[in-house]
Parts: sequence; C-alpha cells; structure tokens
Amino acid sequence: MKEVLRRYGPGLTAAIVALCAFWVVMLIVLPQLLMIDFSLRPSLPPAKLGGPEDVYTARNYVTLWNNTIHRSIFLQTIWASALVTAITFAVCYPVAYFMAQVARPKSLPLLILLLVIPFWINELLRTFAWYIILAFNGPLNLALVWLGLLDQPVRLLGSPAGVIVGMVYVYILFMVFPLYNAIESLDRNQIEAARDLGSGWLRIHRRIVIPHAKPGIAVGCIMTFMLAAGSYAVPALLGGPSSRWFTEIIYNWFFEGGNWNQGAAYAFILLVLCVGFILLMMRIFKVGLTDVAK
Amino acid sequence: MSQDIELDHVTMRFGALTAVSDVHLTIPAGEFFSFLGPSGCGKTTILRMISGFMEPTSGVIRIGGEDMSGIGPNKRPTALIFQNLALFPLMTVAENIGFGLEVRGIASADRRRRVKELLDLVALPDTADKKVTELSGGQRQRIAIARALAVEPAVLLLDEPLSALDLKLRQHMRSELRDIQKRTGVTFIYITHDQGEALTMSDRIGVMSRGVLCQVGDGRSIYDDPASAFVASFVGETNRFTGRVIAAAGGRAAIDTPAGKMVGRNPRDLREGDEAILFVRPERMVPADGAADHNIVESPVSHQEFEGAFVNVFLEPVQGRTIVVQTTNAGTSNSNGAGNPWQPGATTRITFRPEDAVVLPQSEDVS
Ligand SMILES: Nc1ncnc2c1ncn2[C@@H]1O[C@H](COP(=O)(O)OP(=O)(O)OP(=O)(O)O)[C@@H](O)[C@H]1O
Ligand SMILES: [Mg+2]
Repeated sequence: MKEVLRRYGPGLTAAIVALCAFWVVMLIVLPQLLMIDFSLRPSLPPAKLGGPEDVYTARNYVTLWNNTIHRSIFLQTIWASALVTAITFAVCYPVAYFMAQVARPKSLPLLILLLVIPFWINELLRTFAWYIILAFNGPLNLALVWLGLLDQPVRLLGSPAGVIVGMVYVYILFMVFPLYNAIESLDRNQIEAARDLGSGWLRIHRRIVIPHAKPGIAVGCIMTFMLAAGSYAVPALLGGPSSRWFTEIIYNWFFEGGNWNQGAAYAFILLVLCVGFILLMMRIFKVGLTDVAK
Repeated sequence: MSQDIELDHVTMRFGALTAVSDVHLTIPAGEFFSFLGPSGCGKTTILRMISGFMEPTSGVIRIGGEDMSGIGPNKRPTALIFQNLALFPLMTVAENIGFGLEVRGIASADRRRRVKELLDLVALPDTADKKVTELSGGQRQRIAIARALAVEPAVLLLDEPLSALDLKLRQHMRSELRDIQKRTGVTFIYITHDQGEALTMSDRIGVMSRGVLCQVGDGRSIYDDPASAFVASFVGETNRFTGRVIAAAGGRAAIDTPAGKMVGRNPRDLREGDEAILFVRPERMVPADGAADHNIVESPVSHQEFEGAFVNVFLEPVQGRTIVVQTTNAGTSNSNGAGNPWQPGATTRITFRPEDAVVLPQSEDVS
C-alpha cells in the first residue's frame, strides 16, 4: 500500500482505491447481499410484496433439509465434485511433473500448446464433443467393445461416470497450471539429492515434490472443486436423471419454478459450502491465504 | 574390501562435444582427490558419472572393483554434495541429515542417535530442530556434509561446495573439510576451479583441460613440475618467456627469447628448433648481482602489490608485458633507501636458476 502511495501519489492512489472499492461493493458485495436478502424472504406474488407476510424467515433454507431428493442431490454434488477434484489431481500431477521437471525446455512450449489448444474451444462445444464420444453408439463404446473390455455397449451418457469424465476433462487446465507452476519452482538438485541419498521415486514425491507443491495443489483443488460444484453445462448435457447436479435445481427454482427466494437460498448454501471447502483445503495443506494468492 | 574408484578410459560425449575424453585414473580408498580445471572442462560431468546421474558414452567406472554401469544413483555407495547444497528447505536439520537413514528404514531412535553423532562431527550440536533456512552459509555447508556422510558412503563427491562462501569462511571450511576427511577416512573427490583450494586440501590433484586429464600428482609436483604449458599457467602464478629452442642437453634447454637467452629444465625432451615456453614462478626470481649471458631480465619496475607478508613487484620490460616477482615484505621495505631495486621507476636486474624454470612445448599452450 505504501509502495503504491509512493509511486502514484495521494491523488491517483485515492482514485485507484475508490475504483477498487466501487468494483467490490457494486459488483460483488451488493448483489450477494441482495441474494441473501432474497433468500430470507418468502416467495410472494407482487401484490403482497412489502405486506404483512413479507417478513424474514429461514423457511427457504429448511426446504433443502426437508426435501429428501434435493438433499441427496446436494450431497451427491459435493461428493461427485470431490471425486472430480481427486481424479483431476491424479491425472494432472504426472503431467505437471513431467512438464516441470522431466521435459526438455525445448519441447515445453509444444507440450503447453497441445494442452491449451482444446481450451480455445468453448466449454459448451467441448462438452458436446464428449456427448458424441460417450454416446451409446459412440466411438468410446465401440472401442471398448472392439477391445473386448465390454460385451456390449453401456449407457455412458446420463450416468454419473459420464458427468465425471466430462468434468475432469473440462477442468484439467485449472489443475495442471497451478501444479506446474509449483513443481517448476522446485530445484531439480533437491530431487537428485534425494535420489543420491538412496530414495526411490515414491518417497521423492511424497517427501520432496508434494510438500513443495502444496500451495499449487491447494489452488488447483480449490479451483477444480468450485468449478465442478458450480458447473451447469456439463451435467446438463452429459448427465441424466440419475446424475442431477445441484446447480440444475437452483436453475429450476429461478427460471422454471419462478421462486427466486428459494433459488437464492440454495445458491447461498452452495456458496457457503465452497468457502468451507476452501478453508478445509487450506487447513489440510497448511497453506495461508498469501501462498494461495501467489 | 577397499573401495578404490577406477575410471577406466571413461569418455562422455554430448552430441559433437566431448565433455570428458578418455580419462583413466584410479583413486585409492581414503584419498582426498581434487579435479582442478577451468569452467566447462568437464569436472561436473565426471562427478555426475561417478554418482550415477549419467552413464559414460564409453569406458567403465568401478567402485571397489564392481562395475557401476546400469546402477542408479540411489544404489551406488556414493554421496554427492551439490554446488548449491540442495538441502531440503521444508525439513529440519535433523530430518535433512536423517533422510538417507529414513530411506534405509532405520528406526527413528537409532536415526536420532546417528544424527546427533553427525552433528557433533560437524560441530553443530544444537541445531537439530532448526529449520535449514535459519542457518548461516557455513552451517548449511556442514549440514550438507553431515547429510551426505549419514549414509556412510564409500566416496563423498563434492562439486565446488565452497564457491558460494565468502573468502574468510572458505578458508576456514577448507581446513574443516580436510579435518572431517581425515577423521572419517572417507574418500573425498573434490571439484574446484580454485587452485589454492586444490593445493591446500588434496592428497592428489588431477588437472583437467577441455575434457582431458592433463596431469595427476600431489600439489607440489603439479606446481613445481608441470607437465604441460596449460598446467604451468593454470596452476599458480607464473612468468612465461616464449621462444625457440637453441640448445638442448643434459636435461636442460636454452631458448632464444626477446628478453635474451633463457635456460631451464627440459622434462619433455624438446629439441633444437622446437617452439617452446619457459615458465618460472614469481617467488623463484631474485635480484641478479653478477653478470651472466642467460636468465637475466633487466627492466623498469612499474608498480608493487602489497599483500602483507609478501609483495608482488611488477616489472614492465616492454609496454603491455608484465613480469611478476614475489619477494618478502622485509626485502622491499623503504628503509633500504634510494638504492632499493624494487622502487617503482627503478630499473632492476633479476635472475633465476635454470633448475627453477621449466621449458615446455608451446603447442600445448591453451591460453
Ligand atoms: N547435459 C548436457 N548436455 C549437453 N552438454 C552438456 C551437458 N552437461 C554438460 N555439458 C557440456 O559439457 C561441458 C563440460 O561441462 P561440465 O559441467 O562438466 O563443466 P565443469 O568443468 O563442471 O564447469 P564449471 O566449472 O563451469 O561447473 C560443457 O561444455 C557443457 O556445456
Ligand atoms: Mg561444474
């Protein structure tokens, strides 16, 4: 802050601070407060707004508790998002390690390009691609049958597996790059020193690489989890009745049920859950906010 | 069984570049051996081949008679100390030192005892629970040594471990390292481009140039009897006189230089007509009293460099050429009066004995 003051002088500093404050208040704090306000009021026809029935109540929150279907979808969303996060991590860690420590510097730009190219395409289109791949008569089923791994095609679309696969794919970059950045900053000599002291690869990862990459792992997991839990397109396209996502229910409350108050309550619960997840991850990985911000 | 290290005609190529060229050498167990050479001459490459991070293009490395090819760095009886030490910053000192023991599945009580012994050995008994980042440069150095010694290696490989330290600490650590080596009896293979370091610590030194091991011997023989022009000029200060051999007999050679006739030893049996360089150390040059037809340099003194006990006197016989004479403080003090031959501006005559100079082929001169 002092640095900014010294560099830009009081006038400009005040302007910068004011703009930031405006941004935060108008675009983040106010809408959220409005949502919370919504969520705490009953859904009323316009005529009764401001009337005697328009009082604060926790009823909208209790709905989730009482509605067993919604509750199970909520829990399933959390569980599936955690699973997506875990699988994404398992897929991305070797890739990130390879790029950061093994690949020759010359081939690195190509590798990154190969990773990024699919993401120049819109998320919706990418998901549609999976729709085609996972289809009952699609290439994946065909390949699995041809390889003899399956006797006959299985329904992949509409199953939780389909949604999870699609999500892992969509969010890979949000995991790879934080991991890559973290692992890349590890001095290669440390890996060699551990190896020289007799350590096998498993222990090197467990004791040297992963502890060093912790902030990156935390960031990657937080981003992936939040995006997964808040995802709408992937479950809507690849999911089915057996794999509904909590966001779909929120959507329904807003745009089909027309009950904004109820939707706001559900959305707020999801937000609290995500914040809780962030705090949990930070606790598990013993990283501070500053580490994550890096 | 003695764990001698044998490099059997070891060569390492990177594409067209030969980083290590046909190095053939045996380092007996318990020796403090230094590889000395300028930057890029292949020292690190040799070390990485011995520790197992690289396989030689051709040739065999044996430790204790056992062929090491195909054996990974984690399976070799070597421990490497990296130039930047590579201590594990997220671990405590004790965890760092104990890492190699942990790998070997040694119980934590035994581990703690061993760590304590090693900390005593490197004279840092109370640092076990400190973070590595809380230590000074010299302390980290010692922790790195302790960590490497913990796995009881047959050979400790050190890649310029002192280069990051300041001069005072470096000198202190030299004797410390030497001391630890003597106490543990572990073979040390030490890499440096600092000839002072190599000369003070080593039992033997191998001088390298462009991947070739030029000369192996103890410090004195390398310094006094360099086998090539490269070794003569790389190890220690020296004065050089270039010319053609005009006479060679009885182990001596005389060469004809712009400064006059110079005579020195002729270890390489140069013949009349060969292009040669005569090397003579600054401390072997003395004031000339009598007249002679050879080994006389007459030149104005340009300036002095005061080092305390010693003084380097720079002569400038011709513009742009300097000859260094090292003499003692006592010999140059101003009390000698106006006749002092070392005063800047004075013209002085110096000489050296033929046995203190060496004549070597010019063709091997690298600089
Ligand atoms: N992995 C590698 N691939 C290609 N060339 C290499 C590799 N490692 C080393 N070299 C080359 O081999 C030569 C010797 O390198 P090396 O690191 O052994 O030198 P050094 O004597 O340790 O030098 P310094 O004192 O600067 O550390 C250098 O020219 C270097 O560029
Ligand atoms: Mg080197």
